[in-house]
Amino acid sequence: MLVAFAIFGTLPFWISEIGLYPYLGAEVLIFCIYALGYNVLLGYGGLPSFGHGAYFGIGAYAFGLAQFNLSSSLWLCLVAAILAAAFFGAIVSLFISHRRGIYFALMTIAFGQMFFFIASKWTSVTKGEDGLLNILRLPADFGFAAYPIQRNIPFYWFVFGCFVVTIIVLWRVVNSPFGKVVQAIKQNEARTAFLGYNVVLYKAAVFTLSCAVAGFAGALFAMAQGGAFVQVMNLQWSGVVVLMVLIGGGFVSFWGPVLGVVLYFVARDLLGVYTDTWQLWFGLLFMLVVMFKPEGLAGIWQGIVYRKQKPRSSASLHLLVMLRGR
Amino acid sequence: MALFEAQGLHMRFGDRVVLEDISLDFPEGRLSGIMGPNGAGKTTCFNVLTGRYKPTRGRVVFDGEDITGLPPRTIARKGVSRSFQLMNLFNDFTAEENVLVALPAMRQRGFDLIGDAMGDRDLRERAEAVLERVGLAGKGPELAKNLSYGDRRALEIGVALAAEPRVLFLDEPTSGLGTDAIARLGHLIRKLKGEITIVAIEHDMEFLFGLADSIAVIHWGQVIRRGTPAELRANPWVQNSNLGRLK
Repeated sequence: MLVAFAIFGTLPFWISEIGLYPYLGAEVLIFCIYALGYNVLLGYGGLPSFGHGAYFGIGAYAFGLAQFNLSSSLWLCLVAAILAAAFFGAIVSLFISHRRGIYFALMTIAFGQMFFFIASKWTSVTKGEDGLLNILRLPADFGFAAYPIQRNIPFYWFVFGCFVVTIIVLWRVVNSPFGKVVQAIKQNEARTAFLGYNVVLYKAAVFTLSCAVAGFAGALFAMAQGGAFVQVMNLQWSGVVVLMVLIGGGFVSFWGPVLGVVLYFVARDLLGVYTDTWQLWFGLLFMLVVMFKPEGLAGIWQGIVYRKQKPRSSASLHLLVMLRGR
Repeated sequence: MALFEAQGLHMRFGDRVVLEDISLDFPEGRLSGIMGPNGAGKTTCFNVLTGRYKPTRGRVVFDGEDITGLPPRTIARKGVSRSFQLMNLFNDFTAEENVLVALPAMRQRGFDLIGDAMGDRDLRERAEAVLERVGLAGKGPELAKNLSYGDRRALEIGVALAAEPRVLFLDEPTSGLGTDAIARLGHLIRKLKGEITIVAIEHDMEFLFGLADSIAVIHWGQVIRRGTPAELRANPWVQNSNLGRLK
């Protein structure tokens, strides 16, 4: 945790020195928010969603549409993005929360694709393939002072603030009674029901929460890019966040997704300089991680720190249980 | 008057009849046993009584209320708890967390997204008390998956007890336990008797005969004998059956 805050908290001061740029830092943090929210669903809840890009995209579009049609307040537009993603997530959760394992996963893909095609075809609202352009980085108005974030470094600090808030909120959630129940459902859904918990309601709630965080990240991404684009809603982009979380080690660590996101962007921006086929290598890395170290980077780190390997079967079992359903 | 009753339960899976006209009653504060050979339908009977399966026919009545076909969570909230033949713990939780999550007070706070689940002293004290009750004092911080078989079995009962039930269903609680662990379990159940109503399926006849106030024998999905342990001991059918050799 301290390392993450030390790196991200000083990033604008040194990132240019290593040949990179502050915008990349903002992008990394936005995806960290997205992946951390997704990990509450996958890593803590054991619920595999392969259509989460839809809610990221809904957040981006909602932010833009709110900015164009409702208000020029950054906060209101962010709230609109979060609520829109949570609303559609809640609707979807009504249909999928009584499912488990592969059926849950397939339903998320189906709904994700549905949202993707709606966004692609509803051109009067989303502008289709062209995307919703000219989304502004509205000033962060704190009442006593407005903080302009048009330039990349101030924008980075704003996103860093959002990252810190997200970390605090999600850390509280996963350690709260709600978080414990969600983890119990992941481990043993039937037993949790026999203890009197309405597991369907909890699954719906955690799915909605995760969608809300995805929408928040989507809104920040729309600000970063100056537009909302349908590509982020497609199946491939939905898969990227799964890769990030699994490679990072979301099953064994709250911080795993952050590692996964950093690795993804390092691969894209450093490996990508040398080869156009960086995604092939990243995909191969994912396969190796799943085969030999399902705990991901966080698991490797824990193994080094504690000088002992966690039983490999543990994370493998999570994957297996997740896909089979219990 | 019985606290918990099964009235004319039938259960059918496809064309296979698993339970046929099962009528049982479990008086309050007593330990009632259910015995029978493998495949007799005992666990299915438990599953019907605790809401996992809806019976094809018949009624399940708890404290005068018809609870037939209600989902397990609703039945659990009314005060019915159960342990499982195949241990059904939260393996990645510590023993304390296993018990904590089963506490009704925790369930009431289930949608608290801000509080610290492990920071509530009252909840932790209650969890520790349950662990102590089942002989796991001091083992709270250990992961459930790292506990010995006997301790896991005790934790299984601890989780069921933590729910503060009025009726506790125990499905083969001695399964896989050694002599010492069975003695400890017997001691625990003896302590619980009178406090709550207990219904136990058990293969270990000596264990059940030593604890139960009354026993029902199920075979081929039907109740074929009922009585006190003494009555069943004297019953020629039970003596000649393969249910277990009585010493």
